[in-house]
Amino acid sequence: MTETLSFLIDERDRGGPAQPLLSVKGLVKRFPVKSINPFAKKRHVSAVDGIDFEVLKGETLGVVGESGCGKSTTARLLMKLMPQDEGELLFDGEEIGVALSVKEYRRNVQMVFQDSYASLNPRLTIEQAISFGPRMHGEADGKALSDAHDLLERVGLDPGRFAGRYPHELSGGQRQRINIARALAFKPRLVILDEAVSALDKSVGAQVLNLLLDLKRDLGLTYIFISHDLNVVQFMAQRVMVMYLGKVVEIGDCREVFAHPKHPYSSALLSSMPRVDPRNRTQRPPLSGDPPNPIDPPSGCRFHPRCFKAEGVCSTTSPELFALDGDHRAACLANIPGSGHSAASGNGVAA
Amino acid sequence: MTAIALAAPKRIILRSPGYWKSTFQRLARDKVAMTALGVIAALFLCAIFAPLIAPADPNAASMIRRLRPIGTPNYPLGSDELGRDMLSRLIYGARLSLIIGVTPVPIAFVIGSAIGILAGYAGGLFNTIIMRTVDVFYAFPSVLLAVALSGALGSGLTNTLVSLTVVFIPQIARIAESVTTQVRQLDYVEAARASGAPAYRIILEQVLGNVLAPIFVFATSLISVSMILASGLSFLGLGVRPPDAEWGLMLNTLRTAIYANPLVAILPGVMIFITSISFNLLSDGLRSAMDVKS
Repeated sequence: MTETLSFLIDERDRGGPAQPLLSVKGLVKRFPVKSINPFAKKRHVSAVDGIDFEVLKGETLGVVGESGCGKSTTARLLMKLMPQDEGELLFDGEEIGVALSVKEYRRNVQMVFQDSYASLNPRLTIEQAISFGPRMHGEADGKALSDAHDLLERVGLDPGRFAGRYPHELSGGQRQRINIARALAFKPRLVILDEAVSALDKSVGAQVLNLLLDLKRDLGLTYIFISHDLNVVQFMAQRVMVMYLGKVVEIGDCREVFAHPKHPYSSALLSSMPRVDPRNRTQRPPLSGDPPNPIDPPSGCRFHPRCFKAEGVCSTTSPELFALDGDHRAACLANIPGSGHSAASGNGVAA
Repeated sequence: MTAIALAAPKRIILRSPGYWKSTFQRLARDKVAMTALGVIAALFLCAIFAPLIAPADPNAASMIRRLRPIGTPNYPLGSDELGRDMLSRLIYGARLSLIIGVTPVPIAFVIGSAIGILAGYAGGLFNTIIMRTVDVFYAFPSVLLAVALSGALGSGLTNTLVSLTVVFIPQIARIAESVTTQVRQLDYVEAARASGAPAYRIILEQVLGNVLAPIFVFATSLISVSMILASGLSFLGLGVRPPDAEWGLMLNTLRTAIYANPLVAILPGVMIFITSISFNLLSDGLRSAMDVKS
């Protein structure tokens, strides 16, 4: 139970265990599309198109979806590395930029990037890289360096061997451990892991995952775990969020979503998972085709051109997230009573 | 957390050699670059200790000993059109030639890098305004711009330095801007921003170390250009005034003697060539020493 209780003794906690650590409401990010014709109508790619979700204290929220579905943009928006166009972020009940300054917020939320090489400055030694953030927040150089050495030990690297080295002298797994140490230098409450183990080979990735679980337990962390690897998400996450073309299509308890996906996209994604058991081969054909162009997303439900359940109503009505049972919510008309979809209850056709 | 508290006693940290240290170690192994560096050092020593080295007064004219060939007694490199000792004039000429050839580059390096790095890091409208202004200067050929500026400012040492500096600032700023724009998008700069560090600390501690090397290499390659431009300005009478010894100016005054005594007349040109090629070879060596993936 230490895992669930650790945040209770965190003196920074304000709203109690029931209050979500991070609430995201109506988050939107559009990127302008460059056009050669200066008189052409300005067009935008909606990388993140109005998403709402909550990250509970002490949990790991998995975020899955195809490339280009807005996972990384969401991570960068949450990290305040780019301004959002719409929407608000509440950290432990306080709106960021209003009640809580961005600088203070960043002490509480840190990120581990996918590319372990590009995310370390080639001209800084490991100890300099880890101590940079605390020094910027006014910590004395000596203290920041000795803290950096302690953090190296914490992530399983001998400070004597690694603190004075440069990133190019280390392996991918070692570099990713250093990125984790750097993210922990602020003693954050929330860590965003953007494809943190995707670039590592399986055995090294597994060690890093175990390290992440240990750190979560010992330091009372909350994770947002972004990955395209469903097996890894299943291993790490308590809840999972499925994204498609900048929208959340399904969110809920990890076991529940993996066992009984309610959105056709989630089921297609899950059926693309390789099976270990040869007698239990993938039966349903996985998704065909590429995701549609996000500059011109399909009308209605964005998934309908690729969906095996699509009907006429799907191309006209855009579904909202609908609570199915308890925490499990999905955005599919087939599950929304009275939506006009033949599979939905309460419209007289299927019932 | 107790483990961390116990681990506090002194640790022995193994340190890798830093980037600049290993760069200079690689450079020291480059024979061509080291030879070039030796030539440059010799030229600077000649310039500094000119009064001790020069066998004669560089301005002592002798109307009866004009245009002596190389090897004449007391005139080891001959004499010029006013009968002055060429060797002494070449040694003294190194002083002004090196000052006006070399000085503009470090000044332009500091100013141009500052402009380029700020514009590159800021991006957006600020970048557009700064870089388009820089482009206006960049659009002119450097010789033309240097001549125009020197002509407008008038001749003299300071004006030559100013006009050459202005010529090189846009070139360095453009390189600095393009390198910074690339570095700015890398994850480690994003991570530094995510730490909440102020922009100037990110530029100083994260960006500068990664952009300085390529800008530095480019700037060292400009020294040879600067030498030639400076001599060109002096040749045109826009730089140093006679009778001061300066290689470009000497080339101009000796130009009439090119048929009478060609070997003596081209000596200042040979000096300009040796100096500028030495700087070029050193710059090339520096480039390859820095280019190692690290």
